[in-house]
Amino acid sequence: MTTALSLPQVRRGGRRGPRMLWQRRRLPWLPLAIIAFVLVLPALLAPLITVHDPLRGVLGDRLLPPVWQDGGTWTYPLGTDKQGRDVLTRLVYGARISLLVSTAAIVVGALVGTTLGLVAGYFGGFVDKVIGWLVDTFQSLPMVLFALVVVAAIGPSFVTIIAIISATIWAVFARLVRGETLSVRESAYVARARVAGASAPRILLRHVLPNVANSLVVMATLQVGVVILEEASLSFIGAGIPRPQPSWGIMVADGREQLLSSWWLSFFPGVAILVVVLSLNLVGDWLRDYLDPKLRQQV
Amino acid sequence: MSGSTLVEVEDLSKHFRVTGGPLGVRTAGHVRAVDGVSFRIGAGETLALVGESGCGKTTISRLMLRLETPTTGAITLAGRDVHRLDRAGVRWFRRKVQAVFQDPWASLSPRMRVGDIIAEPLVVNERLSRTRVRLRVADMMGLVGLQPWQARLFPHEFSGGQRQRIALASALITEPDLVVLDEPVSALDVSVQAQVMNLLKDIQRERGTSFLLISHDLASVRYIAHQVAVMYLGEIVEQATADEIYERPRHPYTRALFDAILPAHPDDRRPGSDAADEVPSPLNPPSGCRFRTRCPHATDVCGHAPPRTALPGGGSVACHLYPATAGSTKGPVRQ
Repeated sequence: MTTALSLPQVRRGGRRGPRMLWQRRRLPWLPLAIIAFVLVLPALLAPLITVHDPLRGVLGDRLLPPVWQDGGTWTYPLGTDKQGRDVLTRLVYGARISLLVSTAAIVVGALVGTTLGLVAGYFGGFVDKVIGWLVDTFQSLPMVLFALVVVAAIGPSFVTIIAIISATIWAVFARLVRGETLSVRESAYVARARVAGASAPRILLRHVLPNVANSLVVMATLQVGVVILEEASLSFIGAGIPRPQPSWGIMVADGREQLLSSWWLSFFPGVAILVVVLSLNLVGDWLRDYLDPKLRQQV
Repeated sequence: MSGSTLVEVEDLSKHFRVTGGPLGVRTAGHVRAVDGVSFRIGAGETLALVGESGCGKTTISRLMLRLETPTTGAITLAGRDVHRLDRAGVRWFRRKVQAVFQDPWASLSPRMRVGDIIAEPLVVNERLSRTRVRLRVADMMGLVGLQPWQARLFPHEFSGGQRQRIALASALITEPDLVVLDEPVSALDVSVQAQVMNLLKDIQRERGTSFLLISHDLASVRYIAHQVAVMYLGEIVEQATADEIYERPRHPYTRALFDAILPAHPDDRRPGSDAADEVPSPLNPPSGCRFRTRCPHATDVCGHAPPRTALPGGGSVACHLYPATAGSTKGPVRQ
């Protein structure tokens, strides 16, 4: 058993490994910077970088314009709303809500979708059919109507909006993972694992999941933008984050009434949504090309 | 070469339903991938299944590995029907039978470390401490000529031959009685093929492992097989010891197959008994002898099922050229 047969030994060195991320292809610096400085850093450091209260304003300082316009002051660089709250502060705290909601919704959606996709793709048959029907049903639900009904029934809250958004995105993950699982299931290494005696859960976790992880990461990144947009839309129509929390969507909605006189109320949160979602999509595209060019047609 | 019998395959068939019609639910027919195949493998022996693409040899290997269930017939391993095992029986079977697949680029999980790949059959079948597993993995890596430190690497850091040796180490770690080798070297460079085949021979000599070798490479088969079974359209047309079948191929298909091997020198090429035309569809195989549509010796009698004639040394051939009574060891009766 321990006798080594004389075969040429393998030399160390000359190992081919994947080069580091930033050596392969130029990183999308600008989108990454926008995500970092508009979304992630403000969300994490909100209390440290603002001096005002996001919820309670100074009524004497209502509807002040941004600093570069007549009447603007450095105390409120992007102006104030009709309750005298600092727009910049609310933007920063809004980033926190966007990040929180999107992370939670994507984690829940991806978890549910991935589990169902793995099961559907690997076992096939009746289970696959049932999950397929569920996916089709959820994908054909009009999201806004669905959200309005749910919110009307159980009232707006963080948990409600996360649940609503998860419910609308899990099907995307389920569909993606099911497809990838179908192809991985037929691979020789899954056959080998079955011959080795590995159980279905073990095969799914050790062999299938790691090999669909690339696609999952790409999909999750692309979905962050979608979710932020969904949250903003729901908040805009009043079915999202309960007031007076400073969601970007709520800020756009509330600024609408003064749009002609106080343009900055809707403009800055609108721009924040635009550049963040655009950047997330660019980073997602880049990640997709970097990790798996063949995914291009599927997403 | 006649040890005790390890594997007994009797009248094994596997038919795949082909669906058709607008809804894809109507049965359009059955592909008879494997049809009434019988053979045995002795302990410490290598049986080679040879034949052209689509003849059913890979289906047999999948049946042998319990990746498919047979339509009829049975496979017996050490006296137990492998398709009628209880849970404990399946665990026993998984330790006794392992496999090495054709393409070493596809058969190792790209996201697993080589050490984990090699250990997998052990980890899922036996309760062992991590240290014991690591020691067994190191043993196996030594056996196939790899360094223990390489257990930390990923499959893409190895060459094709090394990867096939990794697959072999994994297959051997539970000390199985039978290893199914599905085209183990056909994806490798010729220089590496010899290396892997020598390794297989050494392992068989040291541990008495039986091999079921699926191959279309007749040169490599001759090098390591004791018994050879030639398949055509889901049936075994001839079966004999390797020496016998290479010296005296009897069935016209066997001869056509062997004549297709390119000799070392072009002048050595035997004038052809080349089989004409395409292989008929296994959906609708010819009646009687399935080779008769391409056989240079075909006559009217070939419309009936050919007799299976025993050959000296325990083989058999299924062809009307060799009537059951004659038992001739000479060449074919020319008509």
